[in-house]
Amino acid sequence: MSDVSTTELMVIVAARELNDGESVLVGVGVPNLAANLAKRLHAPGLLMVYESGTVGSNPSRMPLSIGDPCLVSGAKSVCSMYEQFAYYLQGGRIDVGFLGGAQIDKYGNINSTVIGSYKTPKVRLPGSGGACDIASNVKRIIVITPHEKRRFVEKVDFLTSPGFIDGKEGWKKLKLQGGGPYAVITSLCTFKFDDATGEMTVVALHEGVTLEQVQENTPWEVKVAAELGRTPPPTQEEIETLRALDPDKIYLR
Amino acid sequence: MNTGKTMSMKEAISKFVNDGDTVYLAGFTHMIPFAAGHEIIRQGRKGLVLARATPDIIYDQMIAAGCAKKLMFSYAGNPGVGSLRCFRRAHEKGVPAPLEVEEYTHFGLSGRLFAGATNMPFLPMRTNLGSSLPPENEMMKTVTDPYTGDEVSVVPPLKPDVAVVHVQRADANGNSHIWGIIGEQKDTAFAAKRVVISAEEIVEESVIRSDPNRTLVPDFIVDAVVHEPWCAHPSYVQGYYDRDNEFYVDWDKITKEHEATLKYLDEWVFGVEDRAQYMKKVPQSKIDSLTPKPAYSAPVNFGSV
Repeated sequence: MSDVSTTELMVIVAARELNDGESVLVGVGVPNLAANLAKRLHAPGLLMVYESGTVGSNPSRMPLSIGDPCLVSGAKSVCSMYEQFAYYLQGGRIDVGFLGGAQIDKYGNINSTVIGSYKTPKVRLPGSGGACDIASNVKRIIVITPHEKRRFVEKVDFLTSPGFIDGKEGWKKLKLQGGGPYAVITSLCTFKFDDATGEMTVVALHEGVTLEQVQENTPWEVKVAAELGRTPPPTQEEIETLRALDPDKIYLR
Repeated sequence: MNTGKTMSMKEAISKFVNDGDTVYLAGFTHMIPFAAGHEIIRQGRKGLVLARATPDIIYDQMIAAGCAKKLMFSYAGNPGVGSLRCFRRAHEKGVPAPLEVEEYTHFGLSGRLFAGATNMPFLPMRTNLGSSLPPENEMMKTVTDPYTGDEVSVVPPLKPDVAVVHVQRADANGNSHIWGIIGEQKDTAFAAKRVVISAEEIVEESVIRSDPNRTLVPDFIVDAVVHEPWCAHPSYVQGYYDRDNEFYVDWDKITKEHEATLKYLDEWVFGVEDRAQYMKKVPQSKIDSLTPKPAYSAPVNFGSV
């Protein structure tokens, strides 16, 4: 499947993690594509909720931003920003949330705030937005990220959104209502998290990828699942449906 | 009854926005009152605390123009495009002036407005614990839940000195109908000490009273009403115009250097008197391409006795 780009592959793998009948909090860009792909294939009953307060959206185009009226037209409901975070997210009504960031560590902690120190940043990033709120409250966090050395780090410069902090025991003390990180889908593999320790564990390698490649691009000693799988290659249906969602290739570069 | 609140944007800003104020221009990437931001720049306001969940291009412009001493926010990006370069230049390099930040999550900042609007002493919320943010912002604290003994994150109320809220239609007294993404508009209006409404259309009070469920802001909390069509360009207004996405993408290039940013401000902010003149500079073909086809909701029956 050499003509499938890594972004397309990551979106397709992420879409497979969404189940029919679930509710998913979606951001614009790649997560929006994954959710819309799942809805068109195996999860027609997927409830898409956007940070801007739209519930049950059916966007007619790729949303230009989270405030795009196309998320409203034909939706089931629209509420205020505070109500979205209070009634839906804190209310415990969201199954899956997608997150991304500049850095991620082995416990799934994410940095989308600064590179360098907070007071005198080398690079100032946009910040949490709803990410920390989502990480604290959804049942499953899914992260989609290119597998690059600068993104996978021993310790994030700034912990914007909690993963399992310094391990499952430390995380439990926070008593967050969410279930924590569930999957990290990269350009090389899929990680899930060890039940006991909360550490990121390779569960499947994408086609043509070796464990050595994953290790080379990850700064800590990578944990591997007892039964290491292979990502089933994208089907023609997945590829065609996905490309139809973003015909201008705004996100599918 | 007309209570004399209608005025131009120029008058409204001159009357209700002072140097050093905490200003909240509402709109969660939708219905952003750009015309109000431009008027604040033209009138040379200084030392403002600019508060917005998504500062967006409008606060990037106000920061470049030197209006701000501090930015209060939860997501400082160019939505759907990338960075806000003027914000970064000010915060990382002190150009044109150093900029303090006071940062929250979306829930945290919208919660501050809700607490301000409803006059709560503080608001507990299930977020922030475990994050590096609370140690960097002394306004984020924790309390012990008196019922369970657990640690709970709390934020204080936010009561901006002045809010500008853009709406689709209002009557002359400021009763405002808003639809589509309603963001933090209602909370901001109720939280602020002074409220300026700008509206795409000014309608008769009877139009408002025909559909009171749609009134998110009632007149008695409103200080000024400005009739300002296309106020939110280049952002969107549901049913009125689409986002000028080309401009959002261009802004990334315009702002690569501070000098080029100032040139933009010279032409599009200082070079015009008001929003009407600004819109005369926007080609008709652009206006046409941003204007959506109508799509009406099914009418509701309020009944009559």
